[in-house]
Amino acid sequence: MTKLTATRRQFFGLAAGGAAAAALAAPGDVRAQVATKARIVIIGAGAGGTALANRLVTRLDGAEITLIDPRVEHLYQPGLSLVAAGLKPANYVVTKTTDWLPDTVTLIAEAAAEIDPDAKTVTTASGQSVAYDFLVVAPGLVLDHDAIEGFSLDMVGQNGIGALYAGPQYAAATWKAAQAYTETGGVGLFTRPATEMKCAGAPLKHTFLIEDIARTAGTRGKLDVHYMANNNSLFGVPIVSEKVRMLFGDRGITPAYSHVLRAIDAGAKTATFDTPDGDVTRDYDYIHVIPPQRAPEVIRQSGLSWADKWTDQGWVECDMASLRHLRYDTIWALGDVAGVPKGKTAASVKWQVPVVEDGILAAIEGREATETYDGYTSCPMITRVGRAMLVEFDYHNNLVPSFPGIIAPLEELWISWLMKEVALKATYNAMLRGRA
Amino acid sequence: MKDLTFGTILAVFEEIFGIGLFWAMVVVAALVTMAYLYVLIRDHSISWRKFLLAQLSMPIGAIAAVWFVLVMTSSKLTDLGGPVDVIVFLGIAAAGAVGIAILVYTAQSLVMRQPKSEP
Repeated sequence: MTKLTATRRQFFGLAAGGAAAAALAAPGDVRAQVATKARIVIIGAGAGGTALANRLVTRLDGAEITLIDPRVEHLYQPGLSLVAAGLKPANYVVTKTTDWLPDTVTLIAEAAAEIDPDAKTVTTASGQSVAYDFLVVAPGLVLDHDAIEGFSLDMVGQNGIGALYAGPQYAAATWKAAQAYTETGGVGLFTRPATEMKCAGAPLKHTFLIEDIARTAGTRGKLDVHYMANNNSLFGVPIVSEKVRMLFGDRGITPAYSHVLRAIDAGAKTATFDTPDGDVTRDYDYIHVIPPQRAPEVIRQSGLSWADKWTDQGWVECDMASLRHLRYDTIWALGDVAGVPKGKTAASVKWQVPVVEDGILAAIEGREATETYDGYTSCPMITRVGRAMLVEFDYHNNLVPSFPGIIAPLEELWISWLMKEVALKATYNAMLRGRA
Repeated sequence: MKDLTFGTILAVFEEIFGIGLFWAMVVVAALVTMAYLYVLIRDHSISWRKFLLAQLSMPIGAIAAVWFVLVMTSSKLTDLGGPVDVIVFLGIAAAGAVGIAILVYTAQSLVMRQPKSEP
């Protein structure tokens, strides 16, 4: 065998050369910037608005980008399920809105009060009028807690009432109530609304996690766990619904179909459900409340909603592939507010942002847009602490696994849990910065 | 995964550890690897005595790596649910074992300045 006879100098020369080659090979966005004076207004600095703003500033040169959002805090909403199971502290999900925004955009820290799609202006809560050439509506959605009779947010955390969607402090309070339930036991009712909702997997995750935590604590025998489905399935994608049904059977979780929560009596600890057979009242020791969800009032008042679909919810009337408004071609919908059949998750936002970005760039350049959204939604469905199913699907209820043949979508796996634990928030943050 | 490019992976790792820590770790890993290659080239041969100690440290590295991942992700060994989980588990253990072996070998070589002549 030939002996290696490199001198020290040769060795370091070789190493330096290697490092330089690696640096040269480092990728960057090589696409040319488009010069424009366009005024782009984005209503909402949540996941969608922030990610889009960061991508637009790298693609456009000279555009005037304005975000309108009163929220000081940015919430990493996929983490709320973990907070409500005591796996993460409340501050795990909280950052500042301004932490993620590029310096070159303007943030108006007010709510949008009115949109005039004909005059192409947005009026803020203080009366400031902002003109736009292109508008992206990404304000998120509104949790309609008042729609549940007898319920108010100050009840969360006491007397066996949880509501993890309401925000980090409520998710933490939910864990307080849920933890007490895992110790004392009794009847647990895990509900979901009949409207479209953020991450339809979250109600299931909460059910699985609380059941598992009780099992690990050795108190499972004291719990009678019920999942109250809003219709005759457990999940919108039939093949996933069947898998969840089997897992419920395995875990001893009893499903009740077509039970939509209408009212609770916190004093008597009873909940009333709308069912096809009329009202049904059930006793509970722990109840998880997820209220109906709707588009913000400003969207519904500005005539941007569908007239013949989701009329009680008001989602934006847009093309399901391009997300462009069907009546106003300078408006796009992004994120929860979009009136499309699926896609109220952060993973969907990640897929939708490049589509809206391409739509706006195409409009500026006077070409046809090429990117389309096919309903991609991802749900790392936690089935117990330490395992999850990486469920990914599209508009057509097809499973679209990112790692086919490697990570099985309907199998409870540790790797899917690892991805949720390690990579999900990081990927989300990278998305916010426009890098993923 | 949409756009699963090298740049995306880099961005995700920067978010997991923070930009400073991530690149510090990359630099440390690169330095240890370079130091390892350097001592191999300098000594013109593998020292089997040093390699023995490096090998003996491998189980420690494997166990430490697995323990670290389990603790950081609130998981336990019984969470392994499918073949891919076993592969990931073995991969983590192997990475820990090889990593510590290289580290131990390099550290010995650098500390003991004059390599012994061996057959």
